[in-house]
Amino acid sequence: MSLLPRTKLFIFLLLLAGCNAPSKPTTAVNYDLNFASTSGGTLINAMTGEPSGLISMIASESASSAISSNIFNTLLKYDKNLELEGDLVESWQISADQKTVRFKLKPNLKWADNHSLTSADVLFTWQAVIDEKTASPYASDFQLVKKAEAPDALSFVVTYDQAYAPALDSWAGLQILPKHMLENQDLHTTAFARKPIGSNFYQLDKWAHGEHLKLSKNPNSALGQAKIDHLITRIIPDNSAQFLELMADNIDLMGLDPIKFSRIIPARPELQKKLALYKELGNSYTYMGFNLKHKPFDDVRVRHAINYAIDKQEIIDGVYLGLGINIASPYKPGTRWSNPDLTPYPYNPDKARALLKEAGFTDSNGDGILERDGKAFSFEIITNQNKEREKSAVLIQRRLKEVGIDVRIRAIEWASFISRFIKTGDFDVVILGWGLGLDPDQYNIWHSSQQAPGQFNFIGYNNPKVDQLLEQGRLELDADKRQEIYHAFAKTLLEDSPIIYLSAGYGLTAIHKRVKGIDNPAPPAGIGHNAEEWYIPQPLRRNEISHH
Amino acid sequence: MIPMLIGISLISFFIMHLAPGDITNNESAFNPKASEESRQKLREMYNLDKPVIVQYGLWLKRMATLDFGKSFASHQKPVFWQTTDKDGNVSKGMIQQALPITLMINLLGLTITLVLAIPLGIIAARKYQGWQDRSITLFNFIGFSIPGFWLSLLLMYWLGVVNNWFPISGLHSLNYDSLDTWDKIKDSFSHLFLPVVIPSITGLAGITLFVKNGMLEVLQQDYITTARAKGLNEHKVVYRHALRNALLPLITIIGLSIPGLIGGSVIAETIFAIPGMGKLFYDAVLMRDFPVVMGILTIGSALTLIGNLLADVAYAWADPRVRRGVAR
Repeated sequence: MSLLPRTKLFIFLLLLAGCNAPSKPTTAVNYDLNFASTSGGTLINAMTGEPSGLISMIASESASSAISSNIFNTLLKYDKNLELEGDLVESWQISADQKTVRFKLKPNLKWADNHSLTSADVLFTWQAVIDEKTASPYASDFQLVKKAEAPDALSFVVTYDQAYAPALDSWAGLQILPKHMLENQDLHTTAFARKPIGSNFYQLDKWAHGEHLKLSKNPNSALGQAKIDHLITRIIPDNSAQFLELMADNIDLMGLDPIKFSRIIPARPELQKKLALYKELGNSYTYMGFNLKHKPFDDVRVRHAINYAIDKQEIIDGVYLGLGINIASPYKPGTRWSNPDLTPYPYNPDKARALLKEAGFTDSNGDGILERDGKAFSFEIITNQNKEREKSAVLIQRRLKEVGIDVRIRAIEWASFISRFIKTGDFDVVILGWGLGLDPDQYNIWHSSQQAPGQFNFIGYNNPKVDQLLEQGRLELDADKRQEIYHAFAKTLLEDSPIIYLSAGYGLTAIHKRVKGIDNPAPPAGIGHNAEEWYIPQPLRRNEISHH
Repeated sequence: MIPMLIGISLISFFIMHLAPGDITNNESAFNPKASEESRQKLREMYNLDKPVIVQYGLWLKRMATLDFGKSFASHQKPVFWQTTDKDGNVSKGMIQQALPITLMINLLGLTITLVLAIPLGIIAARKYQGWQDRSITLFNFIGFSIPGFWLSLLLMYWLGVVNNWFPISGLHSLNYDSLDTWDKIKDSFSHLFLPVVIPSITGLAGITLFVKNGMLEVLQQDYITTARAKGLNEHKVVYRHALRNALLPLITIIGLSIPGLIGGSVIAETIFAIPGMGKLFYDAVLMRDFPVVMGILTIGSALTLIGNLLADVAYAWADPRVRRGVAR
């Protein structure tokens, strides 16, 4: 039994030592040159999670809709300025009583398998989403439709009990599914979710489980042909690994955190040479919300005091490295719904102290913490395990200590966080974020009727004036009148301060410079709005991909 | 063994259900568009509205026919093995897909560890307290102390980005299907290199020490002195007489590592983007995907029990003293 241990060890050491060879020469391609728009090529990106399926009304995760939106169409969509335009429909009309919407489909639409796409498919999709057997999280908007009809192949008519302003937005979110493939199938188990037939620019070519999804151009696309031939999405759960792949030129696109965006990439000339950075304002914000049913947060002076005591700019600079903005309404700044007359609460600790004193808080025992009725002002901020929210909480903790409030911080795993604390209302203060749709309706979040366990007004906000505005906003289809309603709503909300807006962070993306045709600076709808027009000029394509 | 398995499954089922939340509390459910009614519907669909003991009964009933059920979170994929629907579409089982990958990586890793650890242990024992022993111990403990994820990221950067010698993550290249057989083997090898080698290095210390101490003990036995006194050369003494006996306890270790072979490392699988068992289990726990969690735990505990049994049998086979003890 001769194991030759020495040789083995030697080989092993050799393996370790062998890693000192010089690095391969990098080919000097200038990615900054301009090229004419051409078709072809492959775009590779990465996502952290694998979609469970590609029927997005069932699979509610973002990974699913990120892929399925390339495969399926909706009736309407938002253009680059966030105004509605037709996707599958040519035109739509709203009846005089504002209860009926008539959609007219574009002629000669086809599914990728050459079947024609008609209003029967749209009707089928509506029936599927409201079906008792389908547990779609997004059904509620569509349950409000009293009657839906497909009088001819190109017409689809929906009637509501009463005017419902977010209706059009809901039809911009429902991906239309093919009736001929899915009739009599259980949407929760159908194999179609893994081999979909759609009508949009791409169709699913290959799904390598746990590794990647490959989409290729759909020759029957409803809206003409995209420029890029293949979209490959690799599944790489770890962000650092994704970034290494980006550095090694194995992926073309990835979402960045502020450190990579403003520190790492700018500091490396070799990365700057090949990566273009984009920033766009997302449709979400981070906030600190009070449990309004708990004392002393029912006192508006206390909420104002805390709002003045927190330095939001410090959070934006410290946590988001300046890549965020301070907001004063729950709408994306720059859109028509955001009230330009509102300004955020400034950082003013003296005013905070005065307000707390007015509310009856004094430091009677001299320990630096305020008391009222012999009870110290002390509470716990809870948040989910999100680094940016945790860091924000630490900055808030320090600022509130300066005005005499003792704050503890607790970060909790998501499922426990929701079911144990949010649902039961067993919390004082939360730091969370809202990611919002493009319609201004926020009835589910702020209306006083939405406080049952599992509903979204978990902070217990109750203001009859706001209730009334939210109800009005749902009934008004005229955009200018709606704008007035939501501006008034945002103003009251800011005065009441049931939550403190901490920041709206930018979405940060790095895209390899070989990808051309991207709008920079990003329009309101973001850089992705014209992804079908992005192109990769022949000389800049990866060779490993071009040979298959 | 069966009562033990039922006991294990009962405990794990209840612990899993003690954790707050269920499948309807995932991140995407916190969308103002998603209604509580739809979540309630889902709960009813998956029997999550029933008492835990009833849910356990339903699970046990299915398990009696070896039906591991369907995942809540992954479009109702079968948990264990593939099923075919009425149209002939095959839906692969989640464990069926993840297990071979994890098993291959762990078997390769274990092989490398043993191949390195046994010779290193022997050298360290023979040159006990010499410079060889000390440097092997030093090397092992450096490997043991380095956090695996950190070493992984460093090597990924160095071998993947700076030098482009090895792929950074994933199991196959994107053009894997168009490669010929030889290139496919090379491709798989290069993708597996880092995920296999890094855990082997960090796992080296334990086994090396084990072999070294076993050898040290055996080398002091009287029969080794006898063998030397007979005038056998040192090579024969060490490899024929000492090593065989020193390796006996290793059987126990290998037996005990059988369940470890099917459990992947979450961190390594996440960093290297490998769709293996560790990631599957971790995600299932976070999503409260009970059928998947229970499936993996059941298979894991069954394998643990089998592993123990096999180790005992192998021990009896290898060591006549144990065999005689059993016969008596």
